[in-house]
Amino acid sequence: MKNIWIIARKELAAYFHSPIAYIVLAMFTVLFGFIFYSNLRDFMMEQFLAAQYAQMYGQLTPLNVNESVIRSLVYAIAVICLFLMPMITMRLFAEEKKTGTIELLMTSPLTDLEIILGKFLGAFLLYASLLVLSLLYILILFLYGNPDGKALIAAYLGLVLLGSCYLSLGLMLSTLTRNQVIAGSLGFGLFFMLYLIGWASSYSTGQLGQLANYISFTTHIDNFSKGVIDLRDTVYYLSVIGLSLFLTARSVESVRWRA
Amino acid sequence: MIEVQGLTKRYGRTVAVQDVSFSVKKGEILGFLGPNGAGKTTTMRVLTGFLPPTLGKVTVAGYDVMQEPLEVKRRIGYLPETPPLYPDMRVMEMLAFAGRLKGVSGNQLKQRIAEVSEKTALSDVPRKLIGHLSKGYRQRVGLAAALIHNPEVLVLDEPTAGLDPKQIIETRKLITSLAGEHTIILSTHILPEAANTCGRVMIINAGKVVAEDTPENLTARLQGYETMNLVVEGPEAEVRERLSRVTGVSRVSPSQAGNGRVAFAVQTVKGQDVRKELARAVVESGWGLLELRPVGLSLEEIFLKLTTTESADDNAGENSKETAAS
Repeated sequence: MKNIWIIARKELAAYFHSPIAYIVLAMFTVLFGFIFYSNLRDFMMEQFLAAQYAQMYGQLTPLNVNESVIRSLVYAIAVICLFLMPMITMRLFAEEKKTGTIELLMTSPLTDLEIILGKFLGAFLLYASLLVLSLLYILILFLYGNPDGKALIAAYLGLVLLGSCYLSLGLMLSTLTRNQVIAGSLGFGLFFMLYLIGWASSYSTGQLGQLANYISFTTHIDNFSKGVIDLRDTVYYLSVIGLSLFLTARSVESVRWRA
Repeated sequence: MIEVQGLTKRYGRTVAVQDVSFSVKKGEILGFLGPNGAGKTTTMRVLTGFLPPTLGKVTVAGYDVMQEPLEVKRRIGYLPETPPLYPDMRVMEMLAFAGRLKGVSGNQLKQRIAEVSEKTALSDVPRKLIGHLSKGYRQRVGLAAALIHNPEVLVLDEPTAGLDPKQIIETRKLITSLAGEHTIILSTHILPEAANTCGRVMIINAGKVVAEDTPENLTARLQGYETMNLVVEGPEAEVRERLSRVTGVSRVSPSQAGNGRVAFAVQTVKGQDVRKELARAVVESGWGLLELRPVGLSLEEIFLKLTTTESADDNAGENSKETAAS
């Protein structure tokens, strides 16, 4: 456990010693800020129209902040992360392989698993700081509206799981090469494809469509964003994380015999 | 301290190291001498637990590298050919990180960092970014990081490669000063370096151990003698006596005997081919000459390779040594 933390701390420091952390966080705040603004503007329009209807017909249909704003914001985070996560994970192993520092880690009294979990945790902490930034925006909603806090917690739990999927898969891809660009583009390509098949299959009813829908990362965030913690989605995310970390371990181990 | 038995390492079909065995006693400095690609780095990587051996058994301080890798890693300080340093860390951060990795923490870590950076003359650059350091400083930071947990065994892969002559001399001095307290294995492809720093030298070529001796004996063999392996069927003492009377032979040492056969290693003056005389002496005495083979040749070839490719470096090293002395 101590060793995991040593590695995690080093990774986190590396993100903030280099421009990566700042670029990722800046890009996220700009993109998320824009989406937040436009969502809120649309919501205000709807609110305004609803108020007009109420005056005309004397009946007010209340709008739900969670349903109309937070849900689409959570989905937006999932899509933005698809672009940003490869930037976080691509260096984790590829850089160490390129500079030879992997030799220091692998000849130190640490197990492979401690190295992997440490790197995962380091990347996760950067992702967590990104989620905290997004929460600052959502707090604004609490100042002026009355969203459901519990549903928000469920949504963020979903984001934590989804982000961990991205991170663990990206971590695995980073072990395959010593070139960061390759690791990054593989990650981005894969995440984007997983997103696309989920998006394309959302209206399809065939078995293949359902399978594609199930495989996609982003479709599973849907229930969470509504405030529903579904066991199926949770199990799905946890299995993807577990499988990716397992493959990472096998891949790191193979460095020892493959050469 | 270190026991290696029948170590073989293959990468796919290429054999990097073949059936290498050696042992290193506590406090000794063993040098691996050999041209690039001879298998020095591979051997070191197996020793440090970075690569598993294909065949063979490697134990460090009584722990098997494969069975108890963590125990072995705790006891080894390893400096690879390119020092494994993070360019965006500062020198002190790097040493602290390396120390924590090796299980040193708290006050002890602070103390070790101070000790190690003084030993490697890094005290003047604690806050510098490693990416901004010169090659010589980086090498020293790497060495300091390898020393941080005060390991029993130090494995140094070409510790002086790429340094300027003054730094080479300083590094050699540092390594010699570390012996006794630490058991050291270092690799080099420069003959005088091995001769200056190591108590014992192992010459590796194409994955095999070609020779193993003290540097003095090796140099003597190189400069003054050629060695012939001779297998004779006959009485040992008489054969030996007869052989040493052949002109040009300086020493005859029996290496093995059995079955009425005796194998001799005959040292001869260099440049004088005594094979004909040796054969005649044996045959005229009525013994059977079973084998007559020069062995010094392959060794010499390697030395030639080593000394010709690196002579420029050596001269530079030697010259600056002279100026430093005067």
